[in-house]
Amino acid sequence: MFGLNKKDGLLFLFVIAITLLAPFLLNPFPTDSAMAQFNAGYPDLLQRFAIFGIFAIGFNILFGLTGYLSFGHAAFLGVGSYAAVWMFKLFSYNVLPAIVFAVIMAALFSVLIGYISLRRSGIYFSILTLAFAQMSFALAYSVLSNPKFNLTNGETGLQVYDTDPQIFHREGLPDLPHLFGLSVRATYELNLGGWSFTFNLGYYICAVIMLIVFYLAIRLFRSPFGMMLRAIKSNNTRMTYTGLNAKPYTLAAFVISGMYAGLAGGLLAAMDPLAGAERMFWTASGEVVLMTILGGAGTLIGPVLGAGLIKYMENIVSKINDNVLHQWFSFLPDGFEDVMVTLIHPFVGKGWNLTLGVIFMLVVIFLPGGLVEGGQRIARLFTGRRGRAAKRKSTQSTPAE
Amino acid sequence: MGILEVKNVSKRFGGLQALGDVNLSVAENSVHAIIGPNGAGKSTLLNVLIGKLIPDTGSVLFEGQSVLGRKPYEINQMGISRVFQTPEIFGDLSVLENMMIPIFAKRDGVFRMHAFENSADEREIVEQAEAMLESLNLADARHDHAAAMSRGNKRRLEIGMCLAQEPKLLLLDEPTAGMARADTNATIDLLKQIKDERDITITIIEHDMHVVFSLAERITVLAQGTPLVEDTPENIKGHPKVREAYLGEHA
Repeated sequence: MFGLNKKDGLLFLFVIAITLLAPFLLNPFPTDSAMAQFNAGYPDLLQRFAIFGIFAIGFNILFGLTGYLSFGHAAFLGVGSYAAVWMFKLFSYNVLPAIVFAVIMAALFSVLIGYISLRRSGIYFSILTLAFAQMSFALAYSVLSNPKFNLTNGETGLQVYDTDPQIFHREGLPDLPHLFGLSVRATYELNLGGWSFTFNLGYYICAVIMLIVFYLAIRLFRSPFGMMLRAIKSNNTRMTYTGLNAKPYTLAAFVISGMYAGLAGGLLAAMDPLAGAERMFWTASGEVVLMTILGGAGTLIGPVLGAGLIKYMENIVSKINDNVLHQWFSFLPDGFEDVMVTLIHPFVGKGWNLTLGVIFMLVVIFLPGGLVEGGQRIARLFTGRRGRAAKRKSTQSTPAE
Repeated sequence: MGILEVKNVSKRFGGLQALGDVNLSVAENSVHAIIGPNGAGKSTLLNVLIGKLIPDTGSVLFEGQSVLGRKPYEINQMGISRVFQTPEIFGDLSVLENMMIPIFAKRDGVFRMHAFENSADEREIVEQAEAMLESLNLADARHDHAAAMSRGNKRRLEIGMCLAQEPKLLLLDEPTAGMARADTNATIDLLKQIKDERDITITIIEHDMHVVFSLAERITVLAQGTPLVEDTPENIKGHPKVREAYLGEHA
């Protein structure tokens, strides 16, 4: 199936199904119910799931396969965003050329940064990438934004103004990013009983691109090239003494993951034509590391799950405020209600990072393989009996051979 | 003219003369052992041969070409493979994948971007790797993690990975160090088999005299960084200088 083995093919079909049906699956609660605030099926968040999924898939190609931990991948995300907005400013609001240009710019940047950073490995590599990303941030935030040469528009962020050339922009095209005339904001709302589902073109652009690059990532993981990258992680000495030069392999992996990040950055700008320097800040680089480790580094689906979980918490848990908590615990006597609200308060709303931190610690300690390992353990609970029976059968048949 | 020619090589580490004027000629298709007490400079010599260390003076020629200053992977691509004292294998990969990588390296050279073919679809490579594992009696373990194997099997795999590249010269650094007697004997048998079946030159650095005398055709005794004698195993056994060097160390 698509040149994948059976297991990967099934996984890919599963991801296709989930991605395309996400507007349904993530809106399980009726609009009027109290649980509706846990619905994640609205366009803005769905787009973020797909975009940060791409970012994490790409990061995982570098970190999961070669073990090189980059702390500067947000730089490529930012470069992608700026590149896309510049395409909007100069040519037109069509997202396709903008995304292509974003990927190309990110590739150029990652060749440069990768070539220098990959002269070292381990913590020194991480620090070098971090330094480069912070340099990029500083450049974007102030240096490259002066009246004479304004590339990034500094604090305000780069955006499209009426005075921009936009030489291919014509009457009748939307004044927003669009795909050959179809606005990315185009949505179709489906009301079924108490439920309401939103289908948004922007999300589906992101989703299809995510599926394509997810497929490419699977192919890459299973290829001889992917095997070489895992070999570098496993034993660089043997790699060298087998007549293989690890440098071009790691650089290729670095550039590919940089291009994924650039693609994600370009898509962010395509969904909302604005690029700010904070996209390159080190916390953004740290976030993708968290996503990958939380989901399971080196696994195919893990980074996407990690990205989904973090973005869900960032958008949903952060919306829970004290009023909501009081509603939840209103069945308790007054004193208890206040105690419960006080206890939970630090973990929700602005404190969602605290919840994330606790989850991250629990995962790293108890599930070193990330959420994917958790899923595998649960699956084993269900198939465990059957698996053991099959094993017993095979050991019984061995003596007969 | 041997396949490997070491001429006037010397190396100092600060005040220590690790190698002083070493001359060595390894004849093609022979098994040449380098022995010597601790600190005799065996490992330094080996590191010079594989390009890890650059000597202060002298030259190292492999098939008439200098190896000095070349990167380890370049030296490997010239036809020199190295087996390490502690087996260096890809522990996180399966045994089969371990065997596939050197075959890829032989076919594709130092780098090739093979990103969208399925490694399992490379039938030719997989078949070669499986045949090699078969000949090493490791075929049953081919889907296991290489790190989970016994020390002896790791060593077999490592030697097999080196052979898969069909090197002209195989360098072994104490291949039986820290091994149980049974594993040591299995390794000796494997090396004997390799010697009989292939056109290959083997240079072995070894502490264990049992291994040396079962395999070597020529022996060079190194002491304090200089070659003491070079002769056949029979003559080395009774050589007074060798006895002195070894007894001197033990006494």
